[in-house]
Amino acid sequence: MNDEIDEQAPVETAAPAAVIGIVRETAPGETRVAGTPATVAQLIKLGYRVAVETGAGEKSSFTDEAYAEAGAEVADTATAWGADVVLKVNAPSTGEIAQLKDDAIVASFIAPALNPDLLAALSQRSITALAMDAVPRISRAQSMDVLSSMANIAGYRAVVEAAHEFGRFFTGQVTAAGKVPPAKVLVAGAGVAGLAAIGAASSLGAIVRATDPRPEVADQVKSIGGEYLKVDVEVEESTDGYAKATSEDYDRRAAEIYSEQAADVDIVITTALIPGRAAPRLLTEADIASMKPGSVVVDMAAAQGGNVAGSVAGEKVVTENGVTIIGYTDLAGRLPTQASQLYGTNLVNLLKLLTPGKDGQLVLDFDDVVQRGVTVVRDGQTTWPPPEVKVSAAAPAPAASPEPAPEPKAKATPLAKGLAIAGGIAALFLVNAFAPQPLPQHFTVLVLSIVIGYYVIGKVHHALHTPLMSVTNAISGIIVVGAMVQITSDDLAISLLAFVAVLIASINVFGGFAVTRRMLSMFSKG
Amino acid sequence: MSVESAATAAYIVAALLFILSLAGLSKHETAKAGVIYGISGMTIALVATIIAVVDGAEALGVILLIVAVAIGGAIGLWRARIVEMTGMPELIALLHSFVGLAAVLVGWNGYLEHPDFVLQSLEDIHNAEVFIGVFIGGVTFTGSIVANLKLSAKISSAPLVLPGKNLINLGALALFAILTTWFVISPALWLLILVTIVALALGWHLVASIGGGDMPVVVSMLNSYSGWAAAAAGFLLNNDLLIVTGALVGSSGAYLSYIMCKAMNRSFISVIAGGFGIEASGGDDTEYGEHREISAQETAELLTNASSVIITPGYGMAVAQAQYPVADLTKKLRERGVEVRFGIHPVAGRLPGHMNVLLAEAKVPYDIVLEMDEINDDFASTSVVLVIGANDTVNPAASEDPSSPIAGMPVLHVWESENVVVFKRSMAAGYAGVQNPLFFRDNTQMLFGDAKDRVEDIIRAL
Repeated sequence: MNDEIDEQAPVETAAPAAVIGIVRETAPGETRVAGTPATVAQLIKLGYRVAVETGAGEKSSFTDEAYAEAGAEVADTATAWGADVVLKVNAPSTGEIAQLKDDAIVASFIAPALNPDLLAALSQRSITALAMDAVPRISRAQSMDVLSSMANIAGYRAVVEAAHEFGRFFTGQVTAAGKVPPAKVLVAGAGVAGLAAIGAASSLGAIVRATDPRPEVADQVKSIGGEYLKVDVEVEESTDGYAKATSEDYDRRAAEIYSEQAADVDIVITTALIPGRAAPRLLTEADIASMKPGSVVVDMAAAQGGNVAGSVAGEKVVTENGVTIIGYTDLAGRLPTQASQLYGTNLVNLLKLLTPGKDGQLVLDFDDVVQRGVTVVRDGQTTWPPPEVKVSAAAPAPAASPEPAPEPKAKATPLAKGLAIAGGIAALFLVNAFAPQPLPQHFTVLVLSIVIGYYVIGKVHHALHTPLMSVTNAISGIIVVGAMVQITSDDLAISLLAFVAVLIASINVFGGFAVTRRMLSMFSKG
Repeated sequence: MSVESAATAAYIVAALLFILSLAGLSKHETAKAGVIYGISGMTIALVATIIAVVDGAEALGVILLIVAVAIGGAIGLWRARIVEMTGMPELIALLHSFVGLAAVLVGWNGYLEHPDFVLQSLEDIHNAEVFIGVFIGGVTFTGSIVANLKLSAKISSAPLVLPGKNLINLGALALFAILTTWFVISPALWLLILVTIVALALGWHLVASIGGGDMPVVVSMLNSYSGWAAAAAGFLLNNDLLIVTGALVGSSGAYLSYIMCKAMNRSFISVIAGGFGIEASGGDDTEYGEHREISAQETAELLTNASSVIITPGYGMAVAQAQYPVADLTKKLRERGVEVRFGIHPVAGRLPGHMNVLLAEAKVPYDIVLEMDEINDDFASTSVVLVIGANDTVNPAASEDPSSPIAGMPVLHVWESENVVVFKRSMAAGYAGVQNPLFFRDNTQMLFGDAKDRVEDIIRAL
């Protein structure tokens, strides 16, 4: 824990209802906008006032009138930048940072790990910066994960770009003018972008193959129409070095697969990225040279160094042997309307989290993993990277919940547990040391049976809990044996009590087993 | 080989068969064999006992014995045959009460019989055993009765909150300890009567102060208690079979309760001590916004266009008897190539595994019925989730709102899917009395009405 965590008092904006500014993107080639008429309406529902810079949605086909209709105020550049909260797609430039008012909050793509200069520039001002690309990848935060939402669009667009360059059909056809074979597509990396690409390509009719180092994605690939190419390392394994050599063997085998596939397929789409590192090289010059003329390669990792030898970020290159290598870095931006809508919705979801009162008051709670994670600059102080202790910090949280009773117990646990165990063992020892036979013998049986009962049940399948309980219930009807022994007593009163006991215990025994059998006969696998 | 030694040998065989039975029931493949082991064990034990008892006994005792077993067996088989699968929790709770009552009676007989002891210490131990057996039996008896009444909705399932309920429970235990000491020193019938009353009252209070929503744990806990009652009777009667079996049931039941407590994020100690029901949370003024309604027709369209569907049933499905239409719907959707799976919360229903039993009854293949942990990560990639009669088990407040009474309880993350359709009779709160923000989410739509009718409407619309 460092000192900025101590300031846990929520940051509150001063105005009664904060103003959100949606500004025009100035980065060259950027077509997206951080808010659409639909998301503006949702922001207003959260209690905010929204100011949209004139022409902000122009390139995404959203008119100023549409924003006004949704309830936003269409404003000039200075007003939009002077808002309490500024929403953006690209990170603000130095000039733009200067336009922010004091104590403003700005949310955009920032890539804090790659842009230390930007972080420094942001922390020069007394502002708070939220990096949309630093949302922690946990299920709760999925609705704010801009990397996923943009990757999804980019994956689709990659296929469209490839189809555009590719001089043939994707689907196979038999026509009167002859047969057309289907295109073969290889998608490297089955993450969000990869899966989107597989889905798009297979729905166009192509034969799609996919590779990924995580074998568990095989089902996902299959489910959207692709064929998963397993890197079969075990086959290559001989007798020597298993553990450490795997990675090398894996890389070698994977490279072989890429070489084989490059010569075979018509289109390659690569999506392989490793967080915080240069993109891995998947296709070498030799692989590209082996491809058929007219083939298309889309390198979605071009901005991070490229998966493909010869790819140029942001450009289309045609090699000597007629292979087109596309290195566009703005694939998501090429579908601006929807990219803006999804990005805007991600922002709305973040603001929902930051506006617990739905009253237009933005509250930043550093105890929340998501809010802590996205905040890279807070009031002029750099808070990147977020502390990793948050995983363990989640554990004490339930203890602070409104059940105060278990809390002291939980703290005393190790000691109390030890004492209880020691006490129990001592009591057991004393009882058995002093008690006459047959008590110690009974205790032996009891203790062993308890242990067996515990272990026998340990592996029970969840679905069988009810049958298990009804069987144990039937078995506990064994008490009938005790009653039976008593029934032949000379004393009539004892006989009668025992009679009742035998009767009801028998109900239990017969009923319990019968009902269990009935239940089990229903379980079917189909 | 005397009759006694033969009986002892038979008991050992029976005890082994019981262990095999419990082990068998831990897997689907071996479950049926497990029941057969159990039945064989019970048959061996009963036959051995009857032979040992009949040997040299008077005719009256023998007749009583046979009549009792015959009547009891007939009633048991009859009840087992006619019980609805949805009524299973009540039946099991009722069966537990029988074990408890039998243990009380056996304990009483143990006192009335006045066996002669060589040693004073042996008699003292015997008297203490009588008391312990009666006490555990009594608690099990009334506890199970209350559980049965709550589950069958004959009494309100809301937790009874007496002032100082923990003191009452502790006081009852202390009183029991004092009475036991007294009884060991000077045995008297009125002490036995008094302790029986204390036990019955404690059993009643323990379960009455637990809310209906927590009944799965209670039923499992009572299962454990009934085992301990049998074990106590075994000490009393010097019968190792009773001790072995009772301890098996007792420890397995306790462990099962523990598993469930973990699933509900409750303290195990506070469960076995009773009275862990949620205090009714007062005025919840949070504004949740508007919910949206959907028709059966629209739901059918949603399902037709879906690629994957997850159904998360709860107790409401059992109440509405909707499992058959749900199974039918599942079959229809699967025939159309829609991937349909079920996500079962560990405490869905009123009994552990309740939903699995109902779905099995309606012939839903068990390999598409998944546990919470198996399916929770898949919600995000699911087109439609149908929440049928579940509420607290799908409440996002449990994972997102630390001030919620059910905070920290693991829940099914249904809200991560594209669309959620909630089948519900009205906007009332769930068993835990907590409002469910899920109903007001943007991707949630409500389908009001009886779950069975609504599912049938959807099938027609398909």
